Amino acid sequence: MSETLPATGLLAASWLLIALPLAGAAVLLLGGRRTDRWGHLLGTGTVVAAFVLGLACTVQLAGVDGRSVDVDLFTFIQTGSLDVGAGLLFDPLSAVFVLLITGVGALIHVYSIGYMAHDPARRRFFAYLDLFVAAMLLLVLGNSYVALYVGWEGVGLASYLLIAFWYTRPAAATAAKKAFVMNRVGDVGLALAVFVMFAQLGTTSYAGVLGNVGLLAGGTVTALGLLLLLGACGKSGQFPLQAWLPDAMEGPTPVSALIHAATMVTAGVYLIARSAPIFDASPSARTVVLVVGAITLMIGAIAGCAQDDIKKVLAYSTVSQIGYMFLAVGLGPVGYVAGLAHLLTHGFFKAGLFLGAGSVMHGMGDQTDMRRYGGLAGKMKTTFVTFGLGYLALIGFPLLSGYWTKDAIIEAAFDRGGVSGWLLGGVAVLGAGLTAFYMTRLMLLTFFGRPRWDDGVHPHESPGVMTVPMVVLAVGSVAAGFLLVEVFPLADWLAPVFGEPAEAAAHAIPPLLVSVLVSLVVLLGAVVAWLFVGRREVPVTAPARVSPVVRAARHAIYADAVNESLLMRPGMWLTRALVFVDNRGVDGVVNGTAAALGGSSSRLGRAQTGFVRSYALGMLGGAVLVAGALVAVTAG
Amino acid sequence: MTIANYLVLAAVLFTIGAVGVLVRRNAIVVFMCVELMLNSVNLTLVTFARSTGTLDGQLIAFFVMVVAAAEVVVGLAIIMSIYRTRRSASVDDANLLKY
Repeated sequence: MSETLPATGLLAASWLLIALPLAGAAVLLLGGRRTDRWGHLLGTGTVVAAFVLGLACTVQLAGVDGRSVDVDLFTFIQTGSLDVGAGLLFDPLSAVFVLLITGVGALIHVYSIGYMAHDPARRRFFAYLDLFVAAMLLLVLGNSYVALYVGWEGVGLASYLLIAFWYTRPAAATAAKKAFVMNRVGDVGLALAVFVMFAQLGTTSYAGVLGNVGLLAGGTVTALGLLLLLGACGKSGQFPLQAWLPDAMEGPTPVSALIHAATMVTAGVYLIARSAPIFDASPSARTVVLVVGAITLMIGAIAGCAQDDIKKVLAYSTVSQIGYMFLAVGLGPVGYVAGLAHLLTHGFFKAGLFLGAGSVMHGMGDQTDMRRYGGLAGKMKTTFVTFGLGYLALIGFPLLSGYWTKDAIIEAAFDRGGVSGWLLGGVAVLGAGLTAFYMTRLMLLTFFGRPRWDDGVHPHESPGVMTVPMVVLAVGSVAAGFLLVEVFPLADWLAPVFGEPAEAAAHAIPPLLVSVLVSLVVLLGAVVAWLFVGRREVPVTAPARVSPVVRAARHAIYADAVNESLLMRPGMWLTRALVFVDNRGVDGVVNGTAAALGGSSSRLGRAQTGFVRSYALGMLGGAVLVAGALVAVTAG
Repeated sequence: MTIANYLVLAAVLFTIGAVGVLVRRNAIVVFMCVELMLNSVNLTLVTFARSTGTLDGQLIAFFVMVVAAAEVVVGLAIIMSIYRTRRSASVDDANLLKY
């Protein structure tokens, strides 16, 4: 890592990046109905302003020596030896994230103006969306793990609120709770990692932690890496915490595009890339990252092949693509830049695909079942073209975005060498083929073939306020990969963070051969998809009699069933046992004592008969006893 | 006359009083039995005072008499008031103060 300078000029005002959307959210939430008429404009305006500011800051950063500045804001927590300052770190890594978040965020805000136009709660939607942008910017800009954690929880909250935006629908409310609970599992990992940092190093700032990794014992570093990975898995929907992400599609489509495709779910990749020195110091933690990435990319790709809900296909695709990014960052220094480049291009084309899916749903009366689409290419030309470009970018069509960034990851996997290199490379290539299969299936089902629309559905193109962002993102999907790899190499830009890009040494397989191989596999996947759904008539209801493989894929490799039987049921048994012990054991002792005292006192009370003579007998008896005792004592 | 005779008499009186308190229902009789017990104690006190040649016992006997007189005044007043309200002087009828 290079020297960090104090911020000057515009960079000193980079806290405004967070403050602007936060202020927008506050105004919209506190202002109530009075802001209904212009709320969406304010929400969009703050994010656009943040984007402009972020762009200006990035330009200024390019001229700073070492390209890393620190903005000290105020003392956040100061107690005993714990001293956490609130500050921002503006370096090349945060800069690319700031541009992605505010850029894609601004486009999706614009799109949402049209998409949510008929929703009575549009103002609330924009307030939450602004809240999300603010929290996400804090996550990537914070200069310590504590600041990251605050942003981390903030995006979790915004995600929960937005998944459950239509909270009257039970499915949405349940999906939001599922997302929240599964995220919590990951967040515990992150929180423990922060505690370990403080306990071992006495600081949580990036500079203090990452610069002193060498002081830690090997086991501690591995534990730290695994805890951070647990946090990353929760937020990014990675194995074994991937099951919440597809369900999160219950939220409005712009939310799926912004939070559950382009930005928030990539926070895990950011966390691992930011903590690169920790993972560099612990090969075992890094191997676990690799395995998690490889497993997830296969699970996502397989599950995506059998879904009929257009958003679910895209969601599993997101899970799978983030698996690629984890695989890349798990490869170490050779993979960080490849993973982040794929993250950026994925942000473009996946957001574009989701917006396209939203446009299709908008035109089809909120129908999400692809079996009831068909033949939309002629009806929705702009959507078709932009979606098609996103599709080509995702499957890695030569010279489009995915080609540049995904092939780089596959190459890096093969370059690892040895059995593991071949295994990981093979998995990545297979995943690319499956990606081509499910995306081609989606394209064919949606835009081609015979119309299988429900009665009374009249597909129409969406208004300009929705199509313009789609066009911009489609342009990004086409060009981003080329720009990031060839014109403005991301590797050079990120050099202050990850070090100078290593000179390409001996490749296990020549890059050209990898490209040809991947392209062939992708073509094969697309052709197989055409054989399955393009050539044949598609039934409107999904066939019930299917092979076990398809059934497993439909149920996402039974992830929910596994979670339920391994975690949910035992947890429930444990709770029931605890409740039983509490009711019968703890409460039993307390209630039993009270009941015994109450019962015996009411029985003793019977002795108070009200007859004076029986009291007198008692007194006499007592007196005789006392006298007898006295006599016994004196005599004895 | 030995001291034992006095003491036996006192014990007999005390026993008669105690049994009377326990078995009789009429409040006046109970009351008189209480007085009997008090006076048997007085007899004991005076007996021992005489036998030891000190005045302590006699002094206490006076105290007992004074207290007994005061007690008689209060007790008779209570019995009067109970009789007026309940038309009965039986101690078993006045049993409201119970569990």
